[in-house]
This record gives sequence, C-alpha cells and structure tokens, in this order.
Amino acid sequence: MSPLHIKKGSSKHSAYNLRPSFSDVQERHTLAVLVENEPGVLARVIGLFSGRGYNIESLTVAEVDHEGHLSRITIVTTGTPQVIEQIKAQLGRIVPVHEVHDLTVEGASVERELALVKVSGKGDKRVEALRLADIFRAHVVDSTLESFVFQITGTPEKIDAFADLMRPLGLIELARTGVAALSRGS
Amino acid sequence: MAQTMTGAKMVVQALKDQGVDTVFGYPGGAVLPIYDELFQQEHIRHYLVRHEQAAVHAAEGYARSTGKPGVVLVTSGPGATNAVTGLTDALMDSIPIVVLTGQVPTFMIGSDAFQEADTVGITRPCTKHNWLVKDTDRLSATIHEAFHVATSGRPGPVLVDIPKDVQFASAIYQPKPKTIARHYAPQVKGDMAQIEALVAAMEKAERPVFYTGGGVINSGPAASQLLREFVEATGFPITSTLMGLGAYPASGKHWLGMLGMHGLYEANLAMHGCDLMINIGARFDDRITGRLDAFSPKSKKAHVDIDPSSINKVIKTDIPIIGDVAHVLEDALNLWKSRGRRVNTDGLAKWWRQIDEWRKVDCLKFKASESTIKPQHAVARLEALTKGRDRYICTEVGQHQMWAAQYLGFEDPNRWMTSGGLGTMGYGFPASIGVQVAHPDALVINVAGEASWLMNMQEMGTAIQYRLPVKQFILNNERLGMVRQWQQLLHGERYSHSWSEALPDFVKLAEAFGAKGIFCSDPKDLDDAIMEMIEHDGPVIMDCLVEKHENCFPMIPSGEPHNKMLLSDAKATNAIAGKGAVLV
Ligand SMILES: Cc1ncc(C[n+]2csc(CCOP(=O)(O)OP(=O)(O)O)c2C)c(N)n1
Ligand SMILES: [Mg+2]
Repeated sequence: MSPLHIKKGSSKHSAYNLRPSFSDVQERHTLAVLVENEPGVLARVIGLFSGRGYNIESLTVAEVDHEGHLSRITIVTTGTPQVIEQIKAQLGRIVPVHEVHDLTVEGASVERELALVKVSGKGDKRVEALRLADIFRAHVVDSTLESFVFQITGTPEKIDAFADLMRPLGLIELARTGVAALSRGS
Repeated sequence: MAQTMTGAKMVVQALKDQGVDTVFGYPGGAVLPIYDELFQQEHIRHYLVRHEQAAVHAAEGYARSTGKPGVVLVTSGPGATNAVTGLTDALMDSIPIVVLTGQVPTFMIGSDAFQEADTVGITRPCTKHNWLVKDTDRLSATIHEAFHVATSGRPGPVLVDIPKDVQFASAIYQPKPKTIARHYAPQVKGDMAQIEALVAAMEKAERPVFYTGGGVINSGPAASQLLREFVEATGFPITSTLMGLGAYPASGKHWLGMLGMHGLYEANLAMHGCDLMINIGARFDDRITGRLDAFSPKSKKAHVDIDPSSINKVIKTDIPIIGDVAHVLEDALNLWKSRGRRVNTDGLAKWWRQIDEWRKVDCLKFKASESTIKPQHAVARLEALTKGRDRYICTEVGQHQMWAAQYLGFEDPNRWMTSGGLGTMGYGFPASIGVQVAHPDALVINVAGEASWLMNMQEMGTAIQYRLPVKQFILNNERLGMVRQWQQLLHGERYSHSWSEALPDFVKLAEAFGAKGIFCSDPKDLDDAIMEMIEHDGPVIMDCLVEKHENCFPMIPSGEPHNKMLLSDAKATNAIAGKGAVLV
C-alpha cells in the first residue's frame, strides 16, 4: 500500500468501514451440521471456511447414521453475529448438507471433548500428577514407571485447565478429539 | 423395462432424457467412449469448439438466451482445467451448466497418470456441486441429479467426472426420476408475513425504487412479466444491475437505466435518496453499492432472493424474503391488489419530479466527432440500426461492455449476455456462438474490445465450421481501455502495459478463417459499415477503430458513495485517492 501513500485512518475515503450496520462483537458458536456421508463432503465444508476466511476453532466428524448415510460435523467457530449467520447460510448452500443447527442459540446444549494426555516424571511430580488427575476425574489408560497416559473428558475449558496444570509436571504430548455437542432435552 | 448399457451410452441416454439436444465440447483420450456414442446417434448435436474455456462460455450463452441448462463435454486433465474459468464465470453469474469430464480409469486415480488431474478437487470451489462417479451403477442417476442441482434454486454450474473404465462398463440405466427424492429442494414460496411487510411499506413509501438483478431473469419469463405489471401498477421507478437488463423494458416509462459504478446518474441518485429500496434478485454487489457506510443511508431495504446467504451478506435488510422471484412477486402483487392498490400518490409525484431533475443532467451525453468515431457513438448507431430486430447482444469485458450496457436498450429478458460477476475477458465471442446455436435465425452481435476478443479468437473456426453468422463488433481503441482509464484516474497517467500492441489486421484475420472482415474508422462510413455487417449472411468481424482515450462515464470512483459520481473528464484525473485506491 505504501506506493500509493495511503494515510492511515483517513475518513473521507474510508472504504473499509465495511459493515457499518453490523455489530463487531466476536461470538463463539457451536454448529452441528448433518451431512450426506459421501466422499469430499468434509473438503467442501473446510474449503468453505478457508475460502471465505471464517475461523475454525474445532471440527469433528463421524458417521452417525449408517443406514441413512449421514455424518455429523461439529464445528466451533468465532465471528461477528453477521459472520455467524453467513456461515450458517453458506453451509446450507452445500448440496450434501441436510441440516445446520446452531447449538449456541437453539436452547441449552452439552459440549464434551476427550483428550489423551501423556505426562512423564518421577517422584513428587508423578504423585502430584496422579492426584490432580483424580480431582479432574481423568483415568489412567497407560502407565510405565516414568509416564502416564490420562484420558480426560469434559468441556474444552476443563481440558485446557487440566493441560495447563500438567505442563509443569511433565506434559509431553496431548491429543484432543475436538468438540462433540448435542442439545439438551428431547 | 430395465435396460443394461455401457456407461458411455448411459451418458447419451441421460442427456436425451433431460431434453438436451446441444452439447459443446472437445474430445480427448478419457472421453473417447462417449464421443463414440455421440457418433452413433442423431438426437444430440455436438459443437466442436477450439478451446474448452470457450465450450463453457458457449454453453453459458446458450443457457442465458434460452433459460435451459447448457451442456459441456471435455476430456480429463487439461480439458478439465481449461474449463475452470468458464465454471467460475457461471458460478458468479448463477448460470445453469452441466459439465461432463472424462477421467483416468478408477484403478489409476491417484497415480499421476497421463492427463490425470484432481478434477473434483480443482472444481469444488467453482461449481455449485460436483461428483466423481466411480461406479457405472451410479452414473445415470448422478447425471439426472446434476441437472436437478444445476437448474433448481439459485442456478449454477455442476460437474460430473467420469473415469474411462466407468464409461466402458455396463449397468442398468436409471431413467429420469419424476420427483427427486433427495433433500435438495430450495424454498420457492416467500414467507407471507414478510411479503405483507413489503406491501405495507410500498403503500406508504414516498421515494420507492425497484432495484432488480439477474435473479429476475433466472426465475423465468413469468418473473419479468409480473415485475412489469407491478411497476406499471404502482408507478414506482425501476433500475437494474448489469445482470438484470431486459427484465423491465428500456422503453418503459419507469425505467431509470442501469445503476452501479458506471450506471446512470438518475439511477444511482434514486438509490441514494430513496426511502424504500425493493431489491429483487440482486445481491448488493460491490459494483452496485460503492462505499457501504454511505450506501442509501435513509432507506428501508427489502430483499427478495432465493439464496438465503445473499440476505444480510453485505447490506443489512429490513424485510428479507427468501423465495423464487416469480412466486414472491405474484404473492406480493396479489396482496397489494387485494388491499386496495394503494400508493403514496403525493410522495410519488414529488419523487418523480426530483428524478426528472436528475434526468435533465443527461449523463450519457457525449460529443460526437467528425474525424474519429466515438465509441459511444458507435454503440448508439448500432442500437439505432438494429432496434426492433430479433436481436441478442453479448459483450466482452471492459469499457465497451459498459457502453453497450448504457447505450443499448433491452426490451426483453434473455437477450443480453455479459460476464458480470467474474468480468471474464474472452467471454463474449464464445457466448455469441452459443446464442446463435440456440437461435439460428436471430441477429447475434458481440460488442467487443480488441483485447478481450483476442482471448478467444480461435473460435472463428467454430463459427465458420457451423455456419454461425455471429457479428463481432469490435470497438478497437488499441488499448486495454478500462485499464488505461483506471491508470489515468488512479496511477498518475502512467500507462503501464495497457496498450494492445502488435494487433492483427482484423479484416485479413477474418478472411484467413473464411469469414467477412469490415474496417471502419470514419464516422461518415459507420452506418454503412454496420448495415453491411448485419446484412451479411455469415460471420463478420467488424474492426471499428474508435477514439483511443475516451473514458467511460458516469463513474462512481472506488470507495465513494453513489452521490459522488464523476460525470466527465474535467474532474476525473487522479480522482481516486486514499483508501479507495486499494479497491478494485
Ligand atoms: C481474463 C481477464 N484478464 C484481465 C482482466 C482485467 N481487465 C479488465 S478490462 C481490461 C481491458 C479490456 O480491453 P478491451 O477488451 O480492449 O476493452 P476496452 O476496455 O478497451 O473497451 C482488462 C485487462 C479481465 N477482466 N479479464
Ligand atoms: Mg480496447
């Protein structure tokens, strides 16, 4: 931009006040997208997000209805309310997409994530790791004399908190599944 | 009766069942079995283009001038990649196209085989949907579904990639289903509560304007008919995007002309000053809105669109109506009539007085010259000499395109083919071929710039081979005129690479292909040259040498609102500064 000598913040020519009537508050939404389980459908969804510059915080996908050939993609995304609406409308345009649900606005929902956490250490640190795991209801799914692999489930925030605590105690590897979410009630 | 046949035969059978009689294409190794089937039948006529990009543009011209989907058949690898520009063009302008591509056999996919490309991967973002068919069992059903997806809801291009072994193998043919059981069924009826809100707003509005777009054309002739009735009955002014020209007749008394970056003064000021904007099948494109925070600041906005993602994408809408234009217009018109056909008569009279003031500016006036042909004059004469004929107009992209939109009058839908969303130089010539194929007896003219035209000039071969009497009306300014204009307005008159150097002799070029060439540079000869062009029974290239430094006005500079229009050269040089300069 420099060769054109564009002054920062010059208001007269501001073409970048692009969305004057839209709010610029960032929101975090969890979307559940039911899709036909066919090749390329995940690429379509991901391509939409990258092509249009939307954020993906977490994305999980698995078949949920074998007979009906349906998969469920759970996406956690952030954006202004207008961008979130666009994301939903754009997802709805994808031909193999059957339904798009915004769990964040469609009433209460539960969100869970699973993580495997490998912690290595000896002595006090090892004991402390085990004690904290107990508080977080993490299970030991593998252990050697110098390491544990914990399995923990919960909200993404709970997993963040657990990982933060394990870091000084010798966290060496972390694998997370991403968020799965369902609306509450029937 | 279940019929077993090869995949290649299925392709031809499925096309027949879909009512296809025309295919634009180019053969190659991976589609030879399908070409072999085409050879052995007479229902489908295949037009051999000279480049796959042109096949898609020809299909677009065919589709836009008929309302039917255009069909393309090309080979794998380079055949498919050459089609990408056409697919993107059709996606941006919502044109129904079905492209069939050959692919290497399934057992070689992924091995970097000869002429292998990941066609569905490459075309995923530039199609409405695409399919790789790995099993002959699925082939016919997939082709039927492809037609359904291309033509329903917001139309668009689709692609079916067919490996060669799938073409050779046999399976049971599935006929065209009566109803598509799949979930893909876009909503066509608008929400009645919203339609009522629109009608209520229309009854009260003091300064209403209809802002219509390509969606009206895509919805079909009934939509244009209803729109005309609604405009006549309410007496509201109407403007349209580049894509929507012809939905309302240019001779209609409520017509304000095209709006947008090179739209008419009265149209843009009406958009800026209105209190009710009724957007029907347009998408608030950046060529239309200009600077968003100053776009039509005082209006309530209604938006009718079949695609929910168009609503609130860039402009906040007060009355959103998701549905097909014809359905929504019919419901709205009926409701408005049943509520007593009310409008704000006083407000409207005042509004028209204001519009008439703006009209007096006569923003399209230009000074004709005795010595050189002004491009505006050339288009105005073309209009005068072809008006009233069974006429279809295509364009390339650049200044000539805008002059064609400004100075030609379109009385009916489906008569105007131009690359709007993508702005694809090289679109017009092949599109004119597709139009002429669909309307053999009509007068089909491509208003072209010399630079754009050269991008697909190889199609002269196609025009000659099939005796398609397309008229190539080239406004030759020996410049990339639109680029030159921007360099003048934006880059201190430094004309970096915007000359068309080493141009061919277009008359000789025409003759080399076996067509007629006409040269004209004197305003006195212009009418005769145009008449000679339209009267010649065969393809013609008319090289019309025009004023080289003419600029296209009115113009809303990038980053400015509608009421900051430039009307003439006087104020134009270096007119775009500041942040507007980074916009295209
Ligand atoms: C394929 C492609 N490349 C580049 C451009 C950028 N571009 C827009 S208009 C234009 C000049 C067109 O020149 P010409 O066809 O002679 O038309 P004129 O503006 O002179 O009437 C160019 C290069 C484009 N629109 N499409
Ligand atoms: Mg030119």
